Amino acid sequence: MSILVNKDTKVIVQGFTGKEGSFHAEQCIDYGTNIVGGVTPNKGGQTHLGKPVFNTVSEAVKATGATVSMIFVPPAFVGDAVMEAAEAGIELAVIITEGAPVKDMQMAKAHATKHGMKTLGPNCPGIITAEECKIGIMPGMIFKKGNVGLISKSGTLTYEGTNQVVQAGYGITTAVGIGGDPIIGLSYNQLLPMFEADPETKCIVMIGEIGGDLEIQAAKLIKEQITKPVVAFIAGQTAPKGKTMGHAGAIVSGSAGTAKEKMEALEAVGVKVVVSPAEIGKAVKEVLG
Amino acid sequence: MNVHEYQAKEIFAQYGVPTPKGIMVESVDAAVDAAKELGGPIWVVKAQIHAGGRGLGGGVKLAKSLDEVRALADEILGMTLVTHQTTAEGKLVQKLYIEDGADIKDEFYLSVVLDRKLEMPLIMASTEGGMNIEDVAENTPEKIITIPVDPAVGFQGFHGRELAFGLGITDKAEQKNIISFAQKLFTLYMDKDAEMIEINPLVRTGSGEFLALDGKMGFDNSALGRQPEIAAMRDLTEEDADEVEAAKYGLSYVALDGEIGCMVNGAGLAMGTMDTINYMGGTPANFLDVGGSANAETVAKGFEIILKNPNVKAIFVNIFGGIVRCDRIANGIIEATKITNVNVPVIVRLDGTNAPEASEILNNANIDNLIVGNDLGDGAAKAVEAAKGA
Repeated sequence: MSILVNKDTKVIVQGFTGKEGSFHAEQCIDYGTNIVGGVTPNKGGQTHLGKPVFNTVSEAVKATGATVSMIFVPPAFVGDAVMEAAEAGIELAVIITEGAPVKDMQMAKAHATKHGMKTLGPNCPGIITAEECKIGIMPGMIFKKGNVGLISKSGTLTYEGTNQVVQAGYGITTAVGIGGDPIIGLSYNQLLPMFEADPETKCIVMIGEIGGDLEIQAAKLIKEQITKPVVAFIAGQTAPKGKTMGHAGAIVSGSAGTAKEKMEALEAVGVKVVVSPAEIGKAVKEVLG
Repeated sequence: MNVHEYQAKEIFAQYGVPTPKGIMVESVDAAVDAAKELGGPIWVVKAQIHAGGRGLGGGVKLAKSLDEVRALADEILGMTLVTHQTTAEGKLVQKLYIEDGADIKDEFYLSVVLDRKLEMPLIMASTEGGMNIEDVAENTPEKIITIPVDPAVGFQGFHGRELAFGLGITDKAEQKNIISFAQKLFTLYMDKDAEMIEINPLVRTGSGEFLALDGKMGFDNSALGRQPEIAAMRDLTEEDADEVEAAKYGLSYVALDGEIGCMVNGAGLAMGTMDTINYMGGTPANFLDVGGSANAETVAKGFEIILKNPNVKAIFVNIFGGIVRCDRIANGIIEATKITNVNVPVIVRLDGTNAPEASEILNNANIDNLIVGNDLGDGAAKAVEAAKGA
């Protein structure tokens, strides 16, 4: 078991024939992901990486039955690509591209919601169900199968956290990178209940950072709905106020969005909060015994 | 990206958002000429820097004669202004805005910001104009009204009515004025990919007009590609020189006041590395994200920028190689130490793809000052130790 994606998930790639799209689509295919085709306007009818190319998402969905799209189009076209996927009946759009304008994401996410499509990202490493399906840019080989679910705003902390879980003798069910932009798709409050419902997941690692209040909202949800142990790390305890720390959404505005308030909120609902990502593996071992 | 008040007001003017007349100048003589052109009889001489609180810092003053304009321009131009929004060193005033004095009846607050929870723009307004809005929110939150506007729907009549009645504006002509003001402001917020517009104070004049007496604007950096006019307004002298230099090489850098330089791939891991150093009893000297494709050139540039800071006593390079292989990064680090003279201990932790090969390369390189960290915790501990020993 896993959440959202598995070895049977049919995936298309928007921005399939571009440099980034090609490179990562090939890595995904090598991992075993069931990529059934891709979309690049005006290249419909061609074959790329042994898979059919379509001009529109709607054609691709009709021909392949794909339910998930991995989006690699350039930043200025992300909004358009997400809305196209939503109208074509895609169920989950995984948006890898970094630097999409915030206004476009407001429109695209609202449109996706209207059409019942889930989104992940933008500016995220994607989602991986260990040893089954990788939709994104993460190094597949570190994700050993196991019973820990992981949710992270940061790409490299997803890898760091996973690596520690594996070093500690455990493995991953599904790891989800949700991205660090001001407006993102699926977040803790949608993903935590999915892990709660997944019988294989025994423990959840959640990695957050400064900015916004998604982690505070997660604390409320954990108190009410989550019975599985949660280990959390919040990056940016030492970040100065008013500075954007790499991710567009990682900024402490006034006194809001600090690591401290998030850590306290999570601790208050029984989450095992670690002060350094170097402690994640140890903490997972403690809660799983 | 932020712009100056005079630039924000240029944009306001394009959209018909009323502001007092004003002229930006860069010398005392030009200030007097500008005042003559505006006509008077009163003028406001305003320092142009990217920070709020200019008035309290002595950077905004009223002049009642051309002589006073000259004296004030002379005083403010070239001064270093320290406000609650600048660093302790303050900011050098290189530009002035000479503005017509306004007939102020009372002052309001008006802003448009992105509400991350609602995922749409939010209009915020208050009768407590001229005050620090964070203080108003803290002490008298009932005096702030908030109106979310769905961008797919746009600014509707009811948004305007909520604003006018919320601010207690009862005169029909004045209601029309404030609604038109807010509608234009919302339109430009969307058109220009603004992240934030703040007008504090927004004033009501004796004749019932509304004027933006101040104007602060920030823009979505991701949208600057399609906003060339806005991108051209960037004033690099208002930004940290090292951050600007780092950005040219695709590095994201923020200076801090500690002793251990950090070079990390990924923003989250970079913050996590700073936090780990702090947890181990050290102090981070900077945030530095080298991005997804760390190579010899970017690593060398990273060393150079970190070492400009005289407080740095050790550098912790923490890379989790994903798609990028660690052995390539190890070679990059070795090359980088040849390009840049690194005179402090460098602790290198490489994990992920091909990490064992990378450790071997680093160990065989026999570089003085280079210490291998086995994992994040070990690397951070060694960096803290090295900084203490230095």
